[in-house]
Amino acid sequence: MSSGEFASAGADLELVGIQKRFPGFTAIEHLDLKIPAGSFFALLGPSGCGKTTTLRLVAGLEEPTNGRILIGGTDVTHQKSFQRPVNTVFQSYALFPHMTVLENVAFGLRRRRIDDPVAKAHEALRLVELDHLASRRPQQLSGGQQQRVALARAIVNRPALLLLDEPLGALDLKLRRQMQLELKTIQEEVGLTFLHVTHDQEEAMTMADTVAVMNKGRIEQMGAPEELYELPRTAFVANFLGQSNLFTGPVVGSTSEAISVDVAGQKIVVPAARAHRHTGEVTIGVRPEKLTLHVTEPVGDVARNTMGPGRVIDVSFSGVSTQYLVEVPGIGTLIVFAQNMAFGPVAHEGSEVWMSWNIEHGFGLEDDASAEPRFEADDTTRSIATQKRSSLLTELEGA
Amino acid sequence: MAFAAFSTSTSAPEPAPRRKSPIALLLLLPGILYLVLFFLAPLVSLLLTSFQAPSEFGDVGQYSYAFRWENYVDVVAAYWPHIMRSFGYALIATVLALVFSYPLAYFIGVKARPWPLLQSLMLVLVIAPFFISFLLRTLAWKQLLSDESFVITSLKALSVLGPDAHFTGTPFAVIFGLTYNFIPFMTLPLYTTLERLDLRYLEAGSDLYARPFDVFRKITIPLSMPGIVAGTLLTFIPAAGDYINASRDFLGGPDTQMIGNVIEANFLVLQNYPAAAALSIILMSVILVMVSVYVKRSGTEELL
Repeated sequence: MSSGEFASAGADLELVGIQKRFPGFTAIEHLDLKIPAGSFFALLGPSGCGKTTTLRLVAGLEEPTNGRILIGGTDVTHQKSFQRPVNTVFQSYALFPHMTVLENVAFGLRRRRIDDPVAKAHEALRLVELDHLASRRPQQLSGGQQQRVALARAIVNRPALLLLDEPLGALDLKLRRQMQLELKTIQEEVGLTFLHVTHDQEEAMTMADTVAVMNKGRIEQMGAPEELYELPRTAFVANFLGQSNLFTGPVVGSTSEAISVDVAGQKIVVPAARAHRHTGEVTIGVRPEKLTLHVTEPVGDVARNTMGPGRVIDVSFSGVSTQYLVEVPGIGTLIVFAQNMAFGPVAHEGSEVWMSWNIEHGFGLEDDASAEPRFEADDTTRSIATQKRSSLLTELEGA
Repeated sequence: MAFAAFSTSTSAPEPAPRRKSPIALLLLLPGILYLVLFFLAPLVSLLLTSFQAPSEFGDVGQYSYAFRWENYVDVVAAYWPHIMRSFGYALIATVLALVFSYPLAYFIGVKARPWPLLQSLMLVLVIAPFFISFLLRTLAWKQLLSDESFVITSLKALSVLGPDAHFTGTPFAVIFGLTYNFIPFMTLPLYTTLERLDLRYLEAGSDLYARPFDVFRKITIPLSMPGIVAGTLLTFIPAAGDYINASRDFLGGPDTQMIGNVIEANFLVLQNYPAAAALSIILMSVILVMVSVYVKRSGTEELL
């Protein structure tokens, strides 16, 4: 980009048919993506799904095996990273240990020969409330402070596109909210385009206008956070973004408005508009907080699906809400989040309960239901250990 | 505010209280004894010798203790060209060794990281010359660079060199020998810092609009400064006192004598012990001053 001036506004990013292979594995299968200028886009996925590779491709730190990258309509596929109007907040921060905080922040400005780099660096440091530490070395700061310096070092350049690699992971809740707000403010001020990579669904949902859920080198679903949450298209999205109760069964009746599915003898109705498959074996689901718990069998209501009886196998109270695990014979374990409208839990371990939910709240997935059994109780010691291990690994990688 | 007294965020953690254990002192004893016997005592002896005056009625080579500080004036007056030459040669050899070693160490430590076998192989090649005596290697170079050698005669036959050109006995040959002999001492410390160089800093630099040359100048070089300082010290200090390469028996000639050769001659041939001792003390002090200024200026305390 031309030196001596800032990007006047954010630019849109377009990835066309991107594929990235490393010796031995394919990180990105096939990726088409268009991020409009000025948007806050989050790429969400578990570790190893290819999201960081995508970021590195956009930053110019890797070259795609196939496909093209366009920033603001210009093909940058073969540009080196220092030529691209892009800045990154690295997950490891990568603050230069031999420079002061101030010099770290001024580094990009000096390279582009921007006027008065020191004053601009101070301004950026004031934004992240670290101006009083400007003369320190990065290693003298705490993890959270380092992260804010990394953020200041990137935004001070006012790039057309700002890449964030899990940038808020090490911040405490208050600072995190503050930084989210700051990022939003900066974005509104300058109209930067943000591409945010994270495995933290909450971070993605609270900050981004558009979230793309990535899995195994592909984008599973893309849309506004509410849309993704309320109407997930695949089992992966349904379970990665919050929790879901999923059921499988054959479609036994369908009208233009709704389909009814036979789930182990119980008839569940899903609106046709919210179901991707209308015939054959299908997977349908409902979010745990949409379920209502009944201690007596509810009277039939055409607007609601009923399921039960089941037995409560676990109750965990968390202040605002209570989570119940309900074992329903022939179906499996369901999760119910209930607001604590009464004092304490309404049902106790071992009690017999029914559940109901508004028909409008159900959703039908696009996945092939027969592909894999989804409701085998997976509570052997080994599988619990495996899950625990993978979650620890994710955590360690994030740290 | 009284609460400020409880804040610890700005103060560095206190070092752990030291425990004085008799065992630790006991374990230190051999080292201290060794240093006193083989470093401190000779140093004091050298210092005393440097002020000795010739015995009034003694033979050549007989001296008695005195405080003859004129010894220093005499040797500086007599040998200042050798002193200057020593530091000049050592400086040139150090710079040359750095220029040759840096790319080599960078390749082994950074570029060859995906192939550990290649790394080890190249390191062995860097160390391999140590398997042969320093003297033999220098003698071999004398053979190779002598006027009748295959190399020189063929270069002359090809008219690359003039008919009268010769190498041995010239400053070029001495600097060449010094550079060659000290390259491993430069390469190894450089390799150890470059091998630990975090490439993510280089990526961050490139992301912040630094061209490859700027990344090298602003990030790679400062981050490898500990290796550069260690390597240059390990080369410069022994090279300044070296008396093999510049010796007439090896690559040097009468016009290439360094301070080491002068000290050797004064101690072993002329039996002028005070002069040799004074020169040694001068050499040591100048190196000490130069090194401390250099380490201070390079600002590597934080990275070391």
